[in-house]
Amino acid sequence: MGVEFDHVKVNVPVVFRGPNGAAAGVAAQHSQCFGAWYSHCPGLKVISPYSSEDAKGLLKAAIRDPDPVICLENEILYGVAFEMSSEAQSKEFLIPLGKAKVEREGSHVTLVAHSKAVQTCLDAAEELSKSHIDCEVINLRSLRPLDFSTIATSVKKTHNLVTVEQGWPQCGIGAEIAARAHEDECFYHLDHPVVRVTGADVPMPYTKTLELNAIPQAADVIECVRQILNR
Amino acid sequence: ATEKTLPFNKPCKLFRLEEGPPEEGTLTHDDALSLYKSMNYIRRIETASGNLYKEKVIRGFCHLYSGQEAVAVGMRAALRPQDTVITAYRDHGWVYMMGVSPLGILAELTGRQSGCARGKGGSMHMYTHNFFGGNGIVGAQAPLGAGVAFAHKYKGNGGVSLTLYGDGAANQGQLFEAMNIAKLWDLPCIFICENNGYGMGTSAERASANTAYYTRGDYVPGIWTVTDYNLAGQVDGMDVVAVREATAWALEYCRSGKGPLVMEAATYRYSGHSMSDPGTSYRTREEIQEVRQTRDPITSFKERILSHELVELDELKAIEQEVRKVVDEAVKQAKGDKEISLEELYADVYSHPVEQEIRGTTAFRRHRHSRIGPAVNQ
Repeated sequence: MGVEFDHVKVNVPVVFRGPNGAAAGVAAQHSQCFGAWYSHCPGLKVISPYSSEDAKGLLKAAIRDPDPVICLENEILYGVAFEMSSEAQSKEFLIPLGKAKVEREGSHVTLVAHSKAVQTCLDAAEELSKSHIDCEVINLRSLRPLDFSTIATSVKKTHNLVTVEQGWPQCGIGAEIAARAHEDECFYHLDHPVVRVTGADVPMPYTKTLELNAIPQAADVIECVRQILNR
Repeated sequence: ATEKTLPFNKPCKLFRLEEGPPEEGTLTHDDALSLYKSMNYIRRIETASGNLYKEKVIRGFCHLYSGQEAVAVGMRAALRPQDTVITAYRDHGWVYMMGVSPLGILAELTGRQSGCARGKGGSMHMYTHNFFGGNGIVGAQAPLGAGVAFAHKYKGNGGVSLTLYGDGAANQGQLFEAMNIAKLWDLPCIFICENNGYGMGTSAERASANTAYYTRGDYVPGIWTVTDYNLAGQVDGMDVVAVREATAWALEYCRSGKGPLVMEAATYRYSGHSMSDPGTSYRTREEIQEVRQTRDPITSFKERILSHELVELDELKAIEQEVRKVVDEAVKQAKGDKEISLEELYADVYSHPVEQEIRGTTAFRRHRHSRIGPAVNQ
């Protein structure tokens, strides 16, 4: 005899976390970014932390969330130390799911990325600042829900949008952002079509020099920014 | 004498079988030398791989086969040209046995152009004729192996699919799904559990509710081979002849249309799970030493063929020297070899590309797809 319930609706409060994306020298089957794969699915929430505060705040929020959350962590970033503010060190520090963070303010072009590609954007922005090009860098933090309003607000200011990710181009995170930019009023603020910087459209090779060239570098971002700004 | 009958150290155990493999194997002088040479090649290649990894010339994942040589060498000796093999990521020994040269393996591990996948695959992605990898995902090769067995049956080519997995992967659900369909359709598949005693960081006893892996096919009959695996001290050598005979018997069983078999080969790995595991946190150094001294598949075989007067010590020494020379030379070449050119990042993504260009990291960089080939199955 089972217990009878008046309501049979069930939440699925579960968090899946694990390493995601390219590590070093692990070739085709251990280098994929599953950001686009998981964020394709309705019902899932997908987070992709970049920094230590992201990792803590997003994971805590994910655990408290009543829905299934996929937490995609970058294996290389496990070994990178980030500063933690006293706020971030508080026990109750949470980062809301579905909200992006502006990591760097700028006025000429918006760079949108998640996970390790945020670092690529920050490096590119630093380099471009020497040529007086100010990049705004947005760390997505969540891939689903995707915080398009933060992107749109930024584009209204910069009029240029470049997406950067380590995953593949087809049906990728950049593809989704570009599609939304075209569906949105944001489109009328763009001076140039949205440009995607992605992993090369090939399985990850083990060969060291090829591996390096299969994932986007700051130089790729710089090239794209210069191309669209014609500077 | 040029031929001797060697009894197995221990007879096979059977599960749901009336009859099993013989309890002895006949070995010729040439067989003995050939088996000895192959096991030595694998050991040398793996020792070299371990050293290259420590020198940081090999990167990423690297799972060594040292200690398990009798399994690949014994099985290979029983294979016929139509049979196929698929295994997981501990594949270097099998890749060698299926026909790739020491240089082809070592240069693949160093990521250079003489590698069997031109350095693009690395440790876990090596393939050759009748060898379907080299699979990086734990247990994922088991359903593929059942599929290869289906192809044998569908084509009626008389081949049998040797589908290998470890004691760790033996607890994967997909293995049981594969066994189910293999039995349902009586596919010619030998599911082989290479039980080396340890999964990734965990002993078989901690990971498996039933460590008699040869019985875990339920409705699929099983045989247990090599020798008694008992760490309490009832240990014996790992027996390449027993593996060969048991495999020959199993191949005949599957070929006769009786369906799949499970075969457990009790063995041991000297290294950690991969190079990032020192392999000593879940077992003692003494245990490893004891296996090396009392059950090593190469030294125990050497002692047996010498004591049975099948071969001369000088012949074995000559083999050891030859193996050392070839592998040392291969190491030198694998270290000095060039990497493939950057254009090959966009090569061989397809065997028949419909689109001629491949996108690089930006839309401003499009690259011509090129075909290097040839493929082993072309």
